[in-house]
Amino acid sequence: MPVDVEARVIRNTRLSPDYNVIALAAPEIAAATAPGQFVMVKPGRGSAPLLRRPFSVFEILRPSGRIDGLTLLSKRVGVTTQMLFEAVEGDVVSCLGPLGKPYSAVDPPAEAWMVAGGVGLAPFATLAEVLRARGTSVTLFYGARASRDLFYLDWFRERGVRLSLATEDGSLGDHGRVTLPLERALRDAAGRDVRIYACGPEPMLEAVAHVAATFQRPSEVSVERVMACGLGGCYSCVIPIRDGPKGHHYVRSCLGGPVFAGDRIAWDAH
Amino acid sequence: MDLSVRIGPLTLKNPVIAASGCFGYGVEYADVVDLSILGGVAVKGLFLAAREGHPPERIVETPAGMLNAIGLQGIGVHRFIKERLPELRDRRATVIVNICGSTLDEYVELARILSDADGVAALELNISCPNIKEGGITFGCSLTGTYDVVSAVKHVTPLPVIPKLTPNVTDVASFARAAEDAGADAVSLVNTFLAMAIDVETRRPKLSNIVGGLSGPAIRPIAVRMVYECRRTVKIPVIGMGGIASATDAIEFMIAGAAAVQVGTANFVDPFIWTKLLDGIRDYMQRHAIARVADITGTIDTSAREKEWISS
Repeated sequence: MPVDVEARVIRNTRLSPDYNVIALAAPEIAAATAPGQFVMVKPGRGSAPLLRRPFSVFEILRPSGRIDGLTLLSKRVGVTTQMLFEAVEGDVVSCLGPLGKPYSAVDPPAEAWMVAGGVGLAPFATLAEVLRARGTSVTLFYGARASRDLFYLDWFRERGVRLSLATEDGSLGDHGRVTLPLERALRDAAGRDVRIYACGPEPMLEAVAHVAATFQRPSEVSVERVMACGLGGCYSCVIPIRDGPKGHHYVRSCLGGPVFAGDRIAWDAH
Repeated sequence: MDLSVRIGPLTLKNPVIAASGCFGYGVEYADVVDLSILGGVAVKGLFLAAREGHPPERIVETPAGMLNAIGLQGIGVHRFIKERLPELRDRRATVIVNICGSTLDEYVELARILSDADGVAALELNISCPNIKEGGITFGCSLTGTYDVVSAVKHVTPLPVIPKLTPNVTDVASFARAAEDAGADAVSLVNTFLAMAIDVETRRPKLSNIVGGLSGPAIRPIAVRMVYECRRTVKIPVIGMGGIASATDAIEFMIAGAAAVQVGTANFVDPFIWTKLLDGIRDYMQRHAIARVADITGTIDTSAREKEWISS
């Protein structure tokens, strides 16, 4: 059951001129969050912005063993993310959650391959922790425009996550899209039980779902659609889900997702 | 303190109703809201058949408001009765079913079907959705269309009938009068204002449907004015809505003439708003020594202002 917390900003760390990680004192939400779930966030009380915005929960904070909050990974693109970028310690951010269907974590001997594009890294910190606690082997395929847009690499390494990086300008890792190293690794993974998890821009999710299907591996993708409420009231965040080979029907991604099996989405529809 | 209000033959336990199209079928919110504390739950508009609605993008935020063009995605009346109504009944919600038709016959058929269902308190006629081409608003934008659909539905149902009016006409009050003349038990207003927004970089409309309906605080003063005009024109109760986001806003509508209010967009922002609204209304009644909330309705004071000496 989701709760609404007027969460105090514990700290706000700028990772680059666009990206920040904001820590919020919302222990009730943090304690109940499963990997891939999201919160609906609204900084300030006024009507600019009027609506909350959805964010994947990034980290669960346990500074002394006890959960005291969560963080969000944010990229400055609009009014809300601008306010989150500029927020300072002590500010208050409304935080409603946890919401949505999480990723399903696999156990060994299956391997988990997480595929992140840009700010789509967000759900994979919690997923990596859950998977590593189960002893599952975890690899993060992580792509961005340039090396300066790749974050938390040591955080993942310290938790025993293998990294495979790609940048569009070739400044770190493979030169190109993140599906490049993913496809190569899948070619070398004959006979291994691999589960693919993805989060990032929708064209990337489509490409990952396609690659996964080509190599006959299950994929789970986390979609981000424009969303007003997060609770199933507004019907704005729909995603087309396949009905057989041709048709599709719209499913609210806040309730049915945001995590969907990659082969269920009708990528060629809207 | 008496929070109950009468909407024609229907008594609501309080004047706060969840607005259609902003609260799913109610059951989506059962985890966060005790549905039985609401004056009513107006469920998402239903046609006879299921509908897919418009492709995304379906909403866009605008200054102090939002545009939507959902296209009335829905499960159709039969699945609603089978799969949603029992839970609403179990949770003791006062269910107002919003119905939409492409034809007059479809409204009549929906009214017949819902009159036989157990747990429906009233019918709200959606003759005002700006986002679909067929039916609906073609009735709501014509005085004879409004009269005809209300009259036809009234003939086949014992349930209270509440046409939901569009603000996208020159004189809303004349539509309230047409509805009253046709036997409506109340009118609700306003539905959203037809509007649009364009991305200037791409020159593309921000909604797939190009146009959509504007809701939220941005429309509130216009909605208050329209409720005021309707209250002065008709004797049947007026249910007011349009950008209500606080108890103060709700009371403003009641003073303008609303017997009850609906809250939509604000529920997206704060799904826990309902107890805050009710507490705020009680607080107002206490401060003003009002025993019955119904006594607030239509109490706007338009007499000449007297100069007041306020010591500070």
